[in-house]
Amino acid sequence: MNLSQKILNVEFSNPTVLASGIWGITASSWKRVVENGAGGITTKSLWIREHKGHPNPTVIANEHWTLNAVGLPDAGPQKAREEIGEYLKDKPAPLIANIVAGKVEDFVAIAEIICGLGPDFLEVNISCPNVEDECGKPFACSAPDAKKVTEEVKKVSGDVPIFIKLSPNVDDIGAIAVACAEAGADGFTAVNTFGPGMAIDLKSRQPILANKVGGLSGPGLKPIAVRCIHDVYKATGGKLPIIGTGGVHTGEDALEMMIAGASLVGIGTSIGERGQDVFKKVCDEMNEWCETEGVSEISELIGSMSE
Amino acid sequence: MQNRLPTTYRIASVKKETADVQTFTFEVSLGARPGQFGMIWLPGVDEVPMSIAYDDGKQLKITFFAVGDMTKELAKKKEGDLVGLRGPFGTNYEWKKGQKLALLAGGYGAAPMYFTAHEAIKDNCDVHVFVGARSKDHLLYIDELGSLKGVTLHVATDDGSEGYKGYNVNQLSEMIEGGESFDEFLACGPEMMLKAVSGISSDKKIPSQLSLERYMKCGYGLCGNCVVDPLGIRLCIDGPVINNDICVQITDFGKYHRDDVGRKHEF
Repeated sequence: MNLSQKILNVEFSNPTVLASGIWGITASSWKRVVENGAGGITTKSLWIREHKGHPNPTVIANEHWTLNAVGLPDAGPQKAREEIGEYLKDKPAPLIANIVAGKVEDFVAIAEIICGLGPDFLEVNISCPNVEDECGKPFACSAPDAKKVTEEVKKVSGDVPIFIKLSPNVDDIGAIAVACAEAGADGFTAVNTFGPGMAIDLKSRQPILANKVGGLSGPGLKPIAVRCIHDVYKATGGKLPIIGTGGVHTGEDALEMMIAGASLVGIGTSIGERGQDVFKKVCDEMNEWCETEGVSEISELIGSMSE
Repeated sequence: MQNRLPTTYRIASVKKETADVQTFTFEVSLGARPGQFGMIWLPGVDEVPMSIAYDDGKQLKITFFAVGDMTKELAKKKEGDLVGLRGPFGTNYEWKKGQKLALLAGGYGAAPMYFTAHEAIKDNCDVHVFVGARSKDHLLYIDELGSLKGVTLHVATDDGSEGYKGYNVNQLSEMIEGGESFDEFLACGPEMMLKAVSGISSDKKIPSQLSLERYMKCGYGLCGNCVVDPLGIRLCIDGPVINNDICVQITDFGKYHRDDVGRKHEF
């Protein structure tokens, strides 16, 4: 059974990648994730200048869901240079650098710097649901806005493929993906967190997250993620690779996303339940299933849903 | 079961320990073991990690120093006010039955060390507690520790206003030079104190468990803020209490820590 595949000329030893926003602050943590079986890693979102996240509480959960409003903290490009540089010295697995901004020109500025560092892919976060106060409605919620960012980032990304990270919180994710594809997107990450949602403490009657609202994640949201991946895959004719994220907990979840159209599968929240070696566990489960079902190449599964 | 969603509870009682330190008691348990931490939420202000000062399955205590923006606000709270709690998170101190333990407590590290001593004597351990502080007025949990049967208390102050004059680690070191022996060191306090304990631990080949403090957000391994170099381990999962043999591999240890945006700051 072969879990490895080449995506846009980048070799991945297996389809699991660390989703953006989880761990991901330092080179040493990226390496640790790879030691635990991830086929690739995604950095936390990188900004053109230092960006404070939200005050705590920022991450809360119960047995059904996780709600976060970490607020994309980042120290800015100098730290990105140091940590990415450190990781790329012996690069144990492909690096996907995630960037974020509130304005198109800032996306362009950070894209140019980060692409210069030589990541394997650039992931463009236009869909975070918990920085609306400062950044406004995410670009991913409007086809013209998403297209504009894609077009402008594409001008400076050189030979680094760009993946647009889409929001599930839209009427027609397929139409947004098509708009980005027309503007030169090389792939998609589907999807960012859901909502935003809110949780209230009963006795104090206060919203628990300091930001009041946050992005929802966890296994219960996987069916929406699967539908989104399917919509994007279908709308773009299956021509562009998709990193599927949203509620992946088990190997079966990952396989389901691949059948819906994902080439790679992002894992984040489930580190909290299954531990840091969730990547190894998911790969073992995928392997076992494929062997039982007589699937010899994992890439056979991508977009293989029968209709 | 670890609780990851903050729930507010009323403060059952407030005890003023020193000019800047207070203890809040809550009529609830998180099921915490000594050395584990909780995330303490002050609605509308902030949420910070704190060592659990005591948890007996019915009552929980936190002892804190009003030093930052959040703890200064927390210090204004009175009996009956609401504070959010979640946890317990991280690793705890461990010992074997009948061991001779040296517990080193610096500053408000005395609170979790009281909890540790309280539990270790139940396992018939011979517990020596070395409490250190700047001066007599800053000593914490002295009466409580003194009242535990099976605990030998050693007090050290930087200015000599009470007990040994100097650092508690030096007092321990002198006792070891004088022929005293211990099976294990358990330490909680400022990182420079931990660094000194680590040094003696390595020199004398006596194992030690040290509680490392780093900026934390989620408390259970997702946010990545408490990851240390070059191991990439998360101190909310693999710590806060870690063995010295792991500690000496951490380049951050005694040198730098990272802030909320992940930037390094030297101690």
